[in-house]
Amino acid sequence: MIVDGKRKIWKDYQKEIPDDHYFYVRSCIRQNFFPASEVMFLKIMRDELACDIYENEYHTTCSGIGYHCDVVPMETTMTVIARQFALMTEAGYKNYAASCITSFGLYSEVIETWRHFPDLLKKIRKNLKEATGREFEIPEYLSHASDIIYKVRHDIAAKGKYRLINRFTGRPLKVVEHVGCHYSKMFPHKGIGGAEYPYVLAGMIEAWGGEVVDYPERRHCCGFGFRQYFIKANRGYSIANTHKKFESMEPFKPDMIITNCPGCPYFLDRWQYAIAEMEGKTYGEDGHGIPVFTYEEVASIVLGYNPWDMGLQVHQVAVEPLLNKIGISYNPEEKYKGFNNEDMGHPEKPVNLKTY
Amino acid sequence: MINFGYNINKSSRIDLDKDLNIAKKIVKIEPSFRTCIGCGCCTSTCSANNFTVFNLRKIQLQINRGELQSIRKEVEKCMLCGKCQMICPRGINTRNIILAIFKVID
Repeated sequence: MIVDGKRKIWKDYQKEIPDDHYFYVRSCIRQNFFPASEVMFLKIMRDELACDIYENEYHTTCSGIGYHCDVVPMETTMTVIARQFALMTEAGYKNYAASCITSFGLYSEVIETWRHFPDLLKKIRKNLKEATGREFEIPEYLSHASDIIYKVRHDIAAKGKYRLINRFTGRPLKVVEHVGCHYSKMFPHKGIGGAEYPYVLAGMIEAWGGEVVDYPERRHCCGFGFRQYFIKANRGYSIANTHKKFESMEPFKPDMIITNCPGCPYFLDRWQYAIAEMEGKTYGEDGHGIPVFTYEEVASIVLGYNPWDMGLQVHQVAVEPLLNKIGISYNPEEKYKGFNNEDMGHPEKPVNLKTY
Repeated sequence: MINFGYNINKSSRIDLDKDLNIAKKIVKIEPSFRTCIGCGCCTSTCSANNFTVFNLRKIQLQINRGELQSIRKEVEKCMLCGKCQMICPRGINTRNIILAIFKVID
């Protein structure tokens, strides 16, 4: 990677991220796939960094999945989003922070559309008023949660117990960063670093001691692509995308993957199992896969939280090889223990993909 | 191995250095290949196309895209009658293109 060139590009794509007072909205699917990511984000922001971050229990889906699957019309989506903005307005906040990349992309798209078509904005205001009696203001700042973690990355590094360094070799861990397509591919100026070379995750990796892997298919989609996955006939296309990425990153021997999208960590993680069981191919060391993390999980690892408290046991690809490399102490017996030390049951072991 | 009900689709990636060389070689032999607008007149008038799925328009598109897997089998269907050449609005020497494809592919 020619870092000087990238830095010049990154300079052109900077965005303002507020320091405090966020209205936080969760993702529909992340809580199921990587259950503690959002919890850890809130914990880090509130407990470690003493920020004001507010959640509202009446927040709903942004309807992005339905919109991108062509089953929800644009005006319906806009009205649903207007309702979320109304919740923010009623709570007295102006800084909107989305956990989901799809939502973030959709909010950017809707705000930009309203900017170009003020009559449509009027119509949506009317729709919302008639349907719910609510009124809304457009957020002053729209951030993705990864923008916020990017902003505080050095604070996290300063408070951190661990760094992304291989304790056996003393060298930085080789980290693949995968940025969700809807983060900046639609609106490059809404993302840190633009669309071609987003810096949002690369900045975190550098701050926390790792080394970014620059491989040919770095900007390729993870394969989720909504209709490519949800329609079974297209699913071969979905997994082909992930397969292409793994074939491309394999020669660089990455230690881990870090992502900032709800779908990407899920597909990069679970498709490794599917590829292993369909073709017998694995991409990690000794028959293991390459562990995949959300940025909140990596921030929590750096800060020294218990891996089993942040939900790393629900990953398909075993995370233990990475924890061992960093030197994190964990109790293997606690892996499948839930609240009150209740046994959560053990998952079935795959045939070709090695797990712990 | 588990059958999930779908396979990993084959990549349609084109290697610009390797796969597009064929198009360049054909242009060297028959420069008019470059002027094709893909109108499909050649295919609509083609005698071979009456009885088979031979499609010269599709062949030029595949060559320009570097999709070469089925080209050899396809061009074998051409009878070199030259009707396509008579109707081509760009005056492309289509017969020579067929011969050129044989030369460069073999």
